[in-house]
Amino acid sequence: MAEPRDEKAEVRSGWPLYEVFLRGKRGLNHVHVGSLHAADAQMALHHARDLYTRRNEGVSIWVVAARDITASSPDEKDPFFAPSGDKVYRHPTFYDIPEDVPHM
Amino acid sequence: MTNDDDFAAYQFLAQETEDHRWAFGTGFSDPLEGIDTSVPAGVDAAALAAYCLALGDDALIYSHRLQQWVTRMPELEEETALANIALDLLGQARLLLSRAGQAEGAGRDEDRLAFFRTEGEFRNVRLVEAADADFAELAGRLLVFSAWRLALFGELTGSADPVLAAIAGKGVKELTYHRDYAAQWVIRLGDGTELSHARMQAALAVIWPLFDELFRADAVAARLPGAAADPAGLRAEVDGVLDAVLGAATLDRPEGAPMAPVAGQTGRQGVHTEALGYVLAELQSVARAYPDATW
Repeated sequence: MAEPRDEKAEVRSGWPLYEVFLRGKRGLNHVHVGSLHAADAQMALHHARDLYTRRNEGVSIWVVAARDITASSPDEKDPFFAPSGDKVYRHPTFYDIPEDVPHM
Repeated sequence: MTNDDDFAAYQFLAQETEDHRWAFGTGFSDPLEGIDTSVPAGVDAAALAAYCLALGDDALIYSHRLQQWVTRMPELEEETALANIALDLLGQARLLLSRAGQAEGAGRDEDRLAFFRTEGEFRNVRLVEAADADFAELAGRLLVFSAWRLALFGELTGSADPVLAAIAGKGVKELTYHRDYAAQWVIRLGDGTELSHARMQAALAVIWPLFDELFRADAVAARLPGAAADPAGLRAEVDGVLDAVLGAATLDRPEGAPMAPVAGQTGRQGVHTEALGYVLAELQSVARAYPDATW
């Protein structure tokens, strides 16, 4: 039985990683909840349903192959993010909003 | 600009709303809420009890067989998927056995029915008794079981017994997913490698002799016009689903003879295969060793 076992080990390591995003009933946007292994996107969707919506958390699932995500590098943390750290005035909260402007 | 202003701005942005826990599950509901549990006039209570018992037994025994796969599945993700399915069926078993106890009116609750009946008193079909020899057999048996049970529950959503109709309504959504899950694997294995195809085909040959029994005439169902489903009437739908899946999976429908009834009797009459005894020994051992124990 050594042969099939080896074969299985090979297949297992071949399943790529998918990132899972859920939208809850009252959530407006999909939020990253974790990752899983699956042979393809359809199976990833099934796995996501089975792993991440067991407690009635979601009404919509997105899965994305982890290899398709382009991420910022931790090495670039300072040049990327530090410059905005002292510029609170970029939030539009320093203006007096007239009474008759809706949806603000 | 002062530091106080800074602080106020951040506080405004960080302020909590009533939705701050939205990522947790909400909106749970009870499928039997507000349903009158008295047996409706015109429905034979004894037959209803026997009918619910049989449907509950199918789910209880099969759930136990699926639970035995936990820690043995090829992938962690699949293991959770299968545990979910086993739990769904256990939930169906609990509701159906409770309903059987209510309709019977002899004071037996779900636990009494699950843990203190002997093999000959179980009414499940023989399909759910054997342990699966491999993953292909698991996928094939789950496909046949869930395709059949989904067709059955689809009929029962219109049952004259409102409790049975509500249980079926809840079950239909669960079984639709189970069938989808199983079909997906049967197709992957059947239309996969030469080895997976051969093993999937071999698994179907093991399962198929138990297929015809699902559609045998049932004296209990016959006593419940309007409340139960005619087993023979489900065959066309189940055949259609299985043919579609097997076609996509490039698998042939096995042609072996059905497993014979014993003196005209099968699972629904309490005549079972050897495998059921092993399931019950494990399922009932704790309850029988410590009757009425609580925790």
